[in-house]
Amino acid sequence: MSLSRQDIDKIAHLARLALTESEIPAYVENLSRILALVGELERAETNQVEPMAHPLPGQRQRLRTDAVTATDQHELYQRNAPQVEAGLYLVPRVIE
Amino acid sequence: MTALHELSVAELSKALRTRGLSSVELTRAFLARIEQHQGKLNAFISILYDTALAEAQRADARLRLGEAGALIGVPLAHKDIFCTQGHKTTCGSRMLADFVSPYDATVVARLRAAGVVTLGKTNMDEFAMGSSNETSYFGPVRNPWDLTRVPGGSSGGSAAAVAARLTPAATATDTGGSIRQPAALCGITGIKPTYGRVSRFGMIAFASSLDQGGLLTRSAEDSALLLSAMAGFDERDSTSVELPVPDYAATLEQPLKGLKIGLLKEFFDDGLDADTAQRIRDALEVLHQQGATLREVSLPHLPLSVPTYYVVAPAECSSNLARYDGVRFGYRCDNPRDLLDLYQRSRGEGFGAEVKRRIMTGTYVLSAGYYDAYYLKAQRVRALISADFERAFHEVDVLIGPTTPTPAFELGAKTSNPVTMYLNDIYTIGANLAGLPAISVPCGLVQGLPVGLQIVGPHFAEPKLLNVAHRYQQETDWHRRAPPGFS
Repeated sequence: MSLSRQDIDKIAHLARLALTESEIPAYVENLSRILALVGELERAETNQVEPMAHPLPGQRQRLRTDAVTATDQHELYQRNAPQVEAGLYLVPRVIE
Repeated sequence: MTALHELSVAELSKALRTRGLSSVELTRAFLARIEQHQGKLNAFISILYDTALAEAQRADARLRLGEAGALIGVPLAHKDIFCTQGHKTTCGSRMLADFVSPYDATVVARLRAAGVVTLGKTNMDEFAMGSSNETSYFGPVRNPWDLTRVPGGSSGGSAAAVAARLTPAATATDTGGSIRQPAALCGITGIKPTYGRVSRFGMIAFASSLDQGGLLTRSAEDSALLLSAMAGFDERDSTSVELPVPDYAATLEQPLKGLKIGLLKEFFDDGLDADTAQRIRDALEVLHQQGATLREVSLPHLPLSVPTYYVVAPAECSSNLARYDGVRFGYRCDNPRDLLDLYQRSRGEGFGAEVKRRIMTGTYVLSAGYYDAYYLKAQRVRALISADFERAFHEVDVLIGPTTPTPAFELGAKTSNPVTMYLNDIYTIGANLAGLPAISVPCGLVQGLPVGLQIVGPHFAEPKLLNVAHRYQQETDWHRRAPPGFS
């Protein structure tokens, strides 16, 4: 399966990745190669097979009681934020 | 007397208690070695001079009080994928180049409580995506056996540091072979435990149904000592398994008589280097001499491991890495025009080429119209591969084969075509897909480069894997060989 320039543009947009013009030809080529590799999966007969989402058989999602356990540590966490003001994360204006 | 950096974890533990060796002295010795070789190997992203010495002083105080605990005062390095409170945790990425973790990963917290001293954070492929450590934002790591070659990846810094005796042991993670492949290429021991055995809390996520924390050490005995402290249930990891942790050191010496070994037929394929194959056969003979029986076992769907992985892992990666948006933490681009521009350029500039490739592959296979053909199909094939392993373990106790098709390759040899790089993990990915524990042990040299023997077991068979590896290491000395120039 071969991808086009338009396919790459669409995937990059879905993934929210800005690609530079010079990067794009390599992604067209390499993603096509990767899809050719994964295309080998077609060889397997899987009609009667249940998809496997968890590597350990019989494991169930564990639940806990719906109780507050975390304390407010926003000042600590916001030390890693690119831009903060008055305890809020700053982003470019969203609503004009 | 043996140099400090040649002592095993068990020997260091004993020396700290009985020989008047202090943890501060030991920590200084390793920090000096790291400083001496960092320029050549680039194995570390952060070297924690000050806090390591402070931790060593605290360990010495605990030792003076006669506290029990085999690991008190033993130095160790963490792969820079594990969050360490108050220290940079970069995951090998520009995206997290300035990220200072506000908390410890469970693995880090447990080892800290056990008294280990953290020497530093090791280099790695960006977000653990790579098999050569060449995708790191902080530059490639070099293989101590040959500085023109790769150490393997993604835990390349941990592997090179342990092989070069810059640390007695290091933590690592394995999503498709990232512990075992660098262990093989650097001539050391690497164990990937069963999925869910070691907590993933605070271990930066790549592909959550495959990721598992483990260890790189020189011997199986050292892995056993450290794994006992590191493994176990953690309520903060929803996939952590609620099973007691055995004392892995207690069963190391069990005789191998009657052990049923399955030779993985699919691993002895056309892609396997002939000299590497011979070293594996030599190792099997050593196990046979100890009373193990050998038979060939076929896992017909195993050749589909790589294509299955390159759907499942990118799909999970594209979802996990959606959190890096330039808003709450991590890299942010300069002068964003609007919110979309902020997301797109922060991610486009903050991630390297391999990470972007995997995010895009994952986005594609999960996108409308392709989900069934790729993602669901891969999950079905994953079930077939897993069932193959389960059938095999009805007949044999462990499966054995090579860890990698060839010894370490040269820097730059596989960077132009990602698929050639992906195929380097052809023998390791199966264990991740099925959630199985696996270990790689050094079993010889080919033209001066190490070769790894891989042993795969049923779920939670870590004691058996460590036992087989340890008995093999009692009969051989490959795990004691230091790279020339690093003894």
